[in-house]
Amino acid sequence: MKYFFDKNGPLVSTYFIIAIIFWLVFLIIIPQLYMLDLSFRPNLPPLLRGGPDDVHTLIHYKHFVFGSETNTERFNYVDIGVFFNTILTAIFVTIINLCFCYPIAFYMAKVATPNTSRLLIVSLIIPFWINELLRSFALRILFAGEGVINNILLGTGLIDTGINFIAMDIALYTGLTYAYILLMIFPLYNAIESLDINQLEAAKDLGSSPFRTHWRIVIPHAKAGIASGCTMVFMLTAGALATPVVLSSPNTYWFTQLIYQWFNMNDNWSRGSAYSILLLTISVVFVLLMMRLFKVKIGEIIK
Amino acid sequence: MSADVDLQNVSVTFGSFYAAKNATVKIQEGEFFSFLGPSGCGKTTLLRAISGFLEPSEGKILIGGQNMAGIGPNKRPTSLIFQNLALFPLMSVADNIAFSLEVKGVNKVQRRKRADELLELIALSGQGEKKVHELSGGQKQRVAIARALAIEPQVLLLDEPLSALDLKLRQKMRTELRAIQKRVGITFIYITHDQGEALTMSDRVAVMNEGELEQIGLSDAVYNSPQTPFVATFVGENNPFYGKVLSTEKNMVKVDFQGNSFLANAGNIDSSKKHNFSKGEDVILFIRPESIFIKDKNNKLDNNFKAKLKTIEFEGNLKNIYLSTNSNMDVKFSVPNAIDTSGLSSENEIELTFSSKKAVVLPKGSLAVD
Repeated sequence: MKYFFDKNGPLVSTYFIIAIIFWLVFLIIIPQLYMLDLSFRPNLPPLLRGGPDDVHTLIHYKHFVFGSETNTERFNYVDIGVFFNTILTAIFVTIINLCFCYPIAFYMAKVATPNTSRLLIVSLIIPFWINELLRSFALRILFAGEGVINNILLGTGLIDTGINFIAMDIALYTGLTYAYILLMIFPLYNAIESLDINQLEAAKDLGSSPFRTHWRIVIPHAKAGIASGCTMVFMLTAGALATPVVLSSPNTYWFTQLIYQWFNMNDNWSRGSAYSILLLTISVVFVLLMMRLFKVKIGEIIK
Repeated sequence: MSADVDLQNVSVTFGSFYAAKNATVKIQEGEFFSFLGPSGCGKTTLLRAISGFLEPSEGKILIGGQNMAGIGPNKRPTSLIFQNLALFPLMSVADNIAFSLEVKGVNKVQRRKRADELLELIALSGQGEKKVHELSGGQKQRVAIARALAIEPQVLLLDEPLSALDLKLRQKMRTELRAIQKRVGITFIYITHDQGEALTMSDRVAVMNEGELEQIGLSDAVYNSPQTPFVATFVGENNPFYGKVLSTEKNMVKVDFQGNSFLANAGNIDSSKKHNFSKGEDVILFIRPESIFIKDKNNKLDNNFKAKLKTIEFEGNLKNIYLSTNSNMDVKFSVPNAIDTSGLSSENEIELTFSSKKAVVLPKGSLAVD
C-alpha cells in the first residue's frame, strides 16, 4: 500500500482507491446484494414492506422449478425450458462466433500487412457506433419476409417462396452472433498477435499442414484469448435483451425477456431478482466449469 | 543422406530493391558452408530462398540436382534452424523434437523412440519430459538442432542460431555444431555476421556485401588473400594504406604511401588469377594488426614506417596499440600481452616494420564500415 502511494503520489493514489471502491461497492456489490436479498422475500405492496409478512422465503425459486400454485404439471416446464434454451443457444452462438472470428483474427494478426490490418479493425469497429437496437432492426429489415434477402433470392429466381428467417430463428442467431463479435475478435487478435511468426514458419518447415499448425501451435498459444472471448460472448449473449426482443420468432423466448416481464410488466421485483440471480449463477458456474475443463486460469484471461 | 545445393544466378528482389543479387555458388554434399556478412547484406534472404520461404525472382536453386522452383518449405529436403530457435514453448522437449514425425503420422511409441535417440545425440538423454523454458540457452540450442534433424533433412540451414548465447557458450557450441555435422554427415549451411564463427566451423565461406557474394573460398584463403577491400576489412581486422602504384614485378607491387615505398603481394581477382596493376593506379595496401611489429634488431622486415603513439588498449591475450602517421592515418597493431610496452610514449615516433609477404594490395573500393 505504501509502495502504491509512493509510486503514484497521494493525489492519484487516493483517486484510484476511491474510484475503485465506489465502483465495486456502490455499482456492483450493493445492488447485487440488494437483489439477492429481494429474491428471498415475498412480493409485497410498499405499505407491508418491513412488516411481519416480510420474511425470507424461497417461493420465487420454487416458482421457477414448480410453477404457480395453479400449475397442474409436475415442473414449471415453460420457464425451465426457456432457461435452458437460452443457455444452450448462448453456447451455440458462442461457438459459431468463435469459428467465425478465429480466421478473421488470425488473418488480421499474422497474414495481413499492418495497413490492411488497421483498415480491417476500423471497419469492424465503425458499425458498432450504431446502437445495438438499431443494428437489430437493420437485421430485421434484411431478414423479414418481404426483406432484402428474400427479395434478392426471389428476384434472382433461386427460390420460389420467401424463407421465414425470423420464425426459423436464423435472424436471432445472426443478430446475437453479430452483436458481440468485437468481444470475440479482439481477445483472439491480441492473443494470436503475440505469437512469434517464426513458430508458424518452423511448423511449416517441419512439414506441418496449416490445420495442424493451428491445432498444435496457434490455438494452444491463443487459449487464454479464446477463453476470454468465449466468456464475454457467452455471458453477454445469455444476458442479451434488445436483440432477442427484436429478432426472435414469436415462439422463442429469451430468459432475459422473462426477467424483464417480472420486473416491469408484472411489477414483481422479487421474482425478477430471483430469476436474475439464477441466470447469473448458472452463467458463472458454466464459465468456471469450462475454464477448469480447458485448464485456463482466471489470471490468464485478464492478460 | 546428404545433398548438394546449387545456386545459379539467384536474385531476390523486394520491389526494385535487390536483397540478393546474382548469387552463384555450388555447395558440396556434406560440406559445412557459411554465408558471412554484415546485417542487411542479404544472407538471411538467400537462406530463406534455399529453405523455400522465398522464391528467387531470378535464377534457380537446385538441391541434390533437383530444381526447387515452386516447392514449398515443407516439401524440401531442408530443415531450418531459426535465429530465435522458434521452439514450441507449450510442448515438451520430446514433443518438440518429434513434431515432424507427428506431422507424418508416426505413432507415439516410434516418436518417443526417435526423440530419445536424438536426445542422446545432443547429450540431453532423459530430459524429454522437460518444458522448453526449463532448459538453459545452450540446451535449447541443441534441442532446436535435434528437432531439425528429426525429419532427416539432406541439408540443414542455420540462421545465426548462436547469436543469442554468451561468448563462452558460443565458443563451446561452435565445436559442438561442427562435431554434430561430422556425425550426421549432411550439408550444413550457416548464416552469420560473426567472422570467428564462420572461420572456425566452416569448410568454405562466402562473404556477402549488399546482396552480392564478394568472395567464396576456404576459411584461411578468405582471411589470407582477400579479393576485395570489403572482404579484407570485414573478415578480421586490417589497416588500409591508400596509395599509388610505383611499379610491379612478378606478383609483387611497389606502392607509394606518403613518401614511403612499400612492397606487397598483388591481391587475387579470383582463386587463381592476380590483379594486374598499372603504374600510378590508386590502390589500397592492407596489413593486419598482428603482422606489424616494432622495429628492433630482431625484427627488421622489408617495409618500414614511422608513427606516433595514440593509445594502448588491453585486450587480455593481446595489447592493441593505436598510432597515427604524420599524415594522420590511423594504424592499429597488436602485440602479445607479454611484450613490454612501457617504453612507448607519445613523445617520440615509433619505428614499425612489416613483411611484404603479409601485405596485400587491392584496387580502391569500399571498406566494411564498423
